[in-house]
Formats: sequence, C-alpha cells, structure tokens
Amino acid sequence: MTSGIGAAEPMQTTRAAIGDSDPDGADRYNYAYLDEQTKRMIRRCLLKALAVPGYQVPFGSREMPLPYGWGTGGIQVTASIIGPDDVLKVIDQGADDTTNAVSIRRFFARVAAVETTEATAEATVIQTRHRIPEQPLREGQILVYQVPQPEPLRKLEPREGETRKMHAYAEYGLMHVRLYEDIARFGRIATTYSYPVMVNGRHVMSPTPIPKFDNPKMGGNPAVQLFGAGREKRIYAVPPYTDVRSLDFEDHPFAIQRWDECCALCGAGDSYLDEVILDDRGGRMFVCSDTDHCGTRRARGHTGRLGADAATAAAAKPRGAAR
Amino acid sequence: MYVAVKGGEKAILNSHKLLAEERRGDPSVPEVSLRQIDQQLGLAVDRVMTEGSLYDRGLVALAIKQARGDLVEAVFLLRAYRTTLPRLAVSEPIDTAAMAVRRRVSATYKDLPGGQVLGPTYDYTHRLLDFALAAETDAPPEALEPAEEPVAHPMLRVCDVLGGEDLLEPETPAGDPASGEPEPFDLTREPLSFPAGRDQRLQNLARGDEGFLLALGYSTQRGFGGNHPFAGEIRLGEVSVEIVPEELGFAIDIGEITVTECQMVNQFAGSASRPAQFTRGYGLTFGHCERKAMAMALVDRALRCRELDETARYPAQDEEFVLYHSDNVEASGFVQHLKLPHYVDFQAELELVRRLRADHGDARRKEAAE
Repeated sequence: MTSGIGAAEPMQTTRAAIGDSDPDGADRYNYAYLDEQTKRMIRRCLLKALAVPGYQVPFGSREMPLPYGWGTGGIQVTASIIGPDDVLKVIDQGADDTTNAVSIRRFFARVAAVETTEATAEATVIQTRHRIPEQPLREGQILVYQVPQPEPLRKLEPREGETRKMHAYAEYGLMHVRLYEDIARFGRIATTYSYPVMVNGRHVMSPTPIPKFDNPKMGGNPAVQLFGAGREKRIYAVPPYTDVRSLDFEDHPFAIQRWDECCALCGAGDSYLDEVILDDRGGRMFVCSDTDHCGTRRARGHTGRLGADAATAAAAKPRGAAR
Repeated sequence: MYVAVKGGEKAILNSHKLLAEERRGDPSVPEVSLRQIDQQLGLAVDRVMTEGSLYDRGLVALAIKQARGDLVEAVFLLRAYRTTLPRLAVSEPIDTAAMAVRRRVSATYKDLPGGQVLGPTYDYTHRLLDFALAAETDAPPEALEPAEEPVAHPMLRVCDVLGGEDLLEPETPAGDPASGEPEPFDLTREPLSFPAGRDQRLQNLARGDEGFLLALGYSTQRGFGGNHPFAGEIRLGEVSVEIVPEELGFAIDIGEITVTECQMVNQFAGSASRPAQFTRGYGLTFGHCERKAMAMALVDRALRCRELDETARYPAQDEEFVLYHSDNVEASGFVQHLKLPHYVDFQAELELVRRLRADHGDARRKEAAE
C-alpha cells in the first residue's frame, strides 16, 4: 500500500471539455479513477473495518464505470489502496484469464498504470472473486474480495434494520438453527459456498461466495483481507492473524470438500478442482481452479493424467485467450 | 484433447469492435447526430437525465447514442460519468411557484387562477400511427396561433391554495445550508440508511426506475396500499437554479432547468393528535417525465405510512423493499452478473448434490435389505 493514509490531497485533475483530442479519455480521470477525497473516505472505512474485524462498515459507494454486481466494491477498495509501486493480480473463479478478471485488470492498467501479474507470489494486491489462491499468502500482501451480498444473515432476514440489530446483540441463533435444519433434513450441513464464519469471536461474517474449501485459509492469514460490496455499500475486513472459524457443531464439525480425483493437468490432490465436460457421453476431467497454482506446478514438472496433452495444448495457446 | 477455452483480452477487444459495428448499423444510412437525439427524442433525453441525475442534454444524447437507444444502459453511462464530477455547490431549493409554466393541469379544481394550461401533451391524441411521419417529408408542423392572453406568471400552486386553508399539511422544509442547517442527504455520497428521511426517499425515487415506480404506484391504486389520491397539480416548465457562493453571501442565478412537478393530494382521516387533513405525495423530475412524476408522488405517499401511523401492509409501503430495489443501475448490474462465471460455486453444489444422492441411494438400499 504505497498511497499512505493522510497523504497530501492533490486537487481533482483538470477535466478537459467533451470532444477534446484525447480519444481514450483516461487522462481526464484521477489516478486510479476515484478522486482523492473519495479514496480518503474509503481508507477511513477500511481502517474502521480493520479495527472491528467482521463488522460491516457502511460507505459512500460510488458509481463505477463497471456494472454493479461485477466487482464495483472490490474495485473501489483496490483503487483506494493501490499505488504505482504495487503489483496487481486479478482473479475470478481462481483464474486470471476469465473475462471479468481480464476486464478489471485492464481497467487498472489503464487508470492506475500499475504493473499486473498472474503470479500469486509476486502480487502485492490481489483482487478476487469466489476464490482464495492456493498458494499461502504472506505478510504485506492484500487480498481484496468482491462481495455481492455482505450480509450473512440476509437470506434469513431480508430487512437491514433487523440484521443490524442481530449483529449488535450478537444474536446468531437463527444462523445456527438454519445449519441445524440442514442436518435434520440432509444429515449434513448443506452449505457449500458462502459458508458463514465467526470472526474474532464476535461477528458472523460472509466469506463471500468462496467455496467452503477456502474458509480455513481465512483464519490466521498473514495477509490483510479486505471486502468491498459496492452495490450494498459496505466494507469489512479481516486483519492479519485474526481468528476466523467456520460455524459448526461439536457432533458435526466443519469439513471441506474433497475430490476422488486429482488435477488432470498437474496432479495436485489438495487443490480446489473445476469439473470440465469433455464430450456428451459423460466424459469429464477435473482441473485446478487456481490457474497460477496449476501452471506453477506444471512448470516444476508435476503432471496429471492428461498433463502431457495439456502441455501441448498450452504451448499451442488456448483459443480466444491472449496470455 | 482438452483445450481450455476462456474469454481472453482479445475476445473482449473483438467484442467491442463488433459492438461498435452493430451500433453504427448500415453505414449507408446517415449517422444520427447528438442534436437530432436531443431535439427529436427529447423525452428519452428527459428520462435519462432524471434517472441518471445529471442535467446535461448533450451528454445524455451522447449516452443514448452510445447505448444504441437502450435507456437503462444510457443511465448507467451517465451515472458513471457523473460520479467523477466534483460537487461544486449545493443549490438553493428551486421555486416551482416562480416557474415559467408551459403546462399545468389540476384534477381537483375545475378552474383556478392561471387556468388549466394543456401545453404539449399526448393525453388527448388518438393513438393512431401517423404515416405522414413515415414519409419523412420534413414538412414544418402547423403554425400555432398565439393565445389571447399570456400564461400567468407567477402561477399560483394548487397546494398553496389548500395550504392557505390549513386543509393540506404543510411541507416540511429540507435542510437549508445557508442558515446553518445540515445539507439534505445525498445518496451519491452516503449509503442509504433506515428509517429513511424524506430527503433520502425523494432523492432515491427521483433517481429510481420509471417502470418500477409506475408498477408500484399502480399497485397502490389497485388496493395494495390504499390511499385515494387526487392529482392536485402537475406542472411543467422552466425554473431558475441559484447558488450562494461563499465569497458573495447572496444567491446568484446559474441557469435554468426544465422540470415536471406533481403534487398528489391524499386523504388522511386524522389521528388522536391531528385533525383530518389532506396529505401530500410529491414527485419531481428533470425535463418532461409526467408518468414518472405521478408514479413517484404515489409511492412517496405510500412510503409515508410510518409517519402517518398507517399500518404498512403492502410492497409500496415497505421502505426497504422500495428504496433498495428502485435503482435500475444497481438492479440491472446485479441481475446480469449472473452471466459471470459461477463454476466454482456450481462445482461445490454439484459435489453436494452427488453426495446427497449417494446418501439417499445407500439409505434406500439399506431399507430394502432390512
């Protein structure tokens, strides 16, 4: 985070009149798109969020040039903390080359002139949707989550006035009842993603729609975890080395997903796998959802069942992708 | 052999090129100009200005052109631009009593000072397609005779007539920055908070989607929220916008905008502490957006149920329901985000459903064995 809190506030960049020569329009906008006052407002909310882990801080979310629900909260958080010395990685579903990740990375390359990377280890800021990278994060890294619905209780209680009270009184019985009802009906907790967590022993928090597979990575993480919900206008955070527990019962302890198969490309047996349909006769394969993790493993010589084929395919460059 | 097909940067760029081509259409047809959109699709411009909450016909015409006439997309373009603008000043409240009126109708009085002024309206046109327009002869419209007397100015507002008799509740003044009161709430700077004050609500409704408000307003008329409203007055015209620069200390006129204002008059039986009185529902839009202004006024009144001790039973009376879902930029984005990949979550659900099916099968087999 190079742009420090309380740094000098340059005035808004001068805006040229419509129809001027600058066809791209990028230099009509402030560094990282948001004006400095807005960034300062967001940084203050981030500090508050870090001070009260898991608490949802309302913030004056701005209208972004990308649609609501497509990462506007994450983008505003990233825009507020990013500086020219940062290295940005953007993933969606764990992959760097999914369309929306590409689009957001292009946005920052354009408005913040920032270096981008696909390597988890090299990034200082990682914006993500639906996954936490497989490679453990380190101190100094910031993971920015895009959040569609910050309120973990929303599906139980649609009214904001009520859910805020429930958080204030730490009244989370309803959530436990819901999990219990799953057990009564299905014999197990049937929540597979957005699996609620208790942060710092105080606030129940939505981990965003990451698979519950990623939940254990949140607790005690050396990196800063920031959450931005643009449409719902909330920011929350998990500071480094904070206790994050997935809700469970003594006789039904929390467990993550397991696959019977390994990654068909890199052979990893401990990563989150995506299922890929190969034909219309039930043929399928499983591959790492974290493309950087998979690529790094293959570069180190690990191969899976279809690894050799895939290596050829990768060398021939996948169709439609520009990597 | 497996080849990962994922949309890459090149695919996105190509999609943009394709879009530009579609937008232009057949190149042998002359390109539409921003002035043409402004002048000949004026009501589309009015709607986008209102919901985009930016009064700039030129920029709106550009947004409509860029969005190929998709008005919700145009609102989005305009909002994304607006958010980058510095807020230089907060204007004084506009004075609609001093409006240069072009249209003014009241459904509560047959005649009143200033009279009924029909102005430009589709209301009494027969909705027959005018094939003369299809001929594109560009014949000038029929000349209009000047009226015998000029439109009254200023024109008395119906609500001021009723208010004078104390039959209509007084309007609560919003914060006045000049006299040291807090500025009115600004949704573009702060998040909605509940219970919402009237300033929050009216700003939200003014920016809200016309279709959504129309349906909600309609629902109150059909019994889902029962106030019998009267269209006290609808007026369209130009008003001055004034600001008080700090260094001057007095108001200066910075320009003129066109607005549509609707005052709905509703019954209120009174309560233990208040005698029976008519209550207000208020609608205001940029430009000429009469349908929106009327729908807004109905919904504003429905949402006042809490302050008027009415039981909130229906969707239009539920402020969280209405105010959280009125914004078409938010709604459109979130509905359409379902297009984004969700395969990580779907995989998690697949794994669960397979496991549950396996459990089910095991249980059935076990039952059969017993």
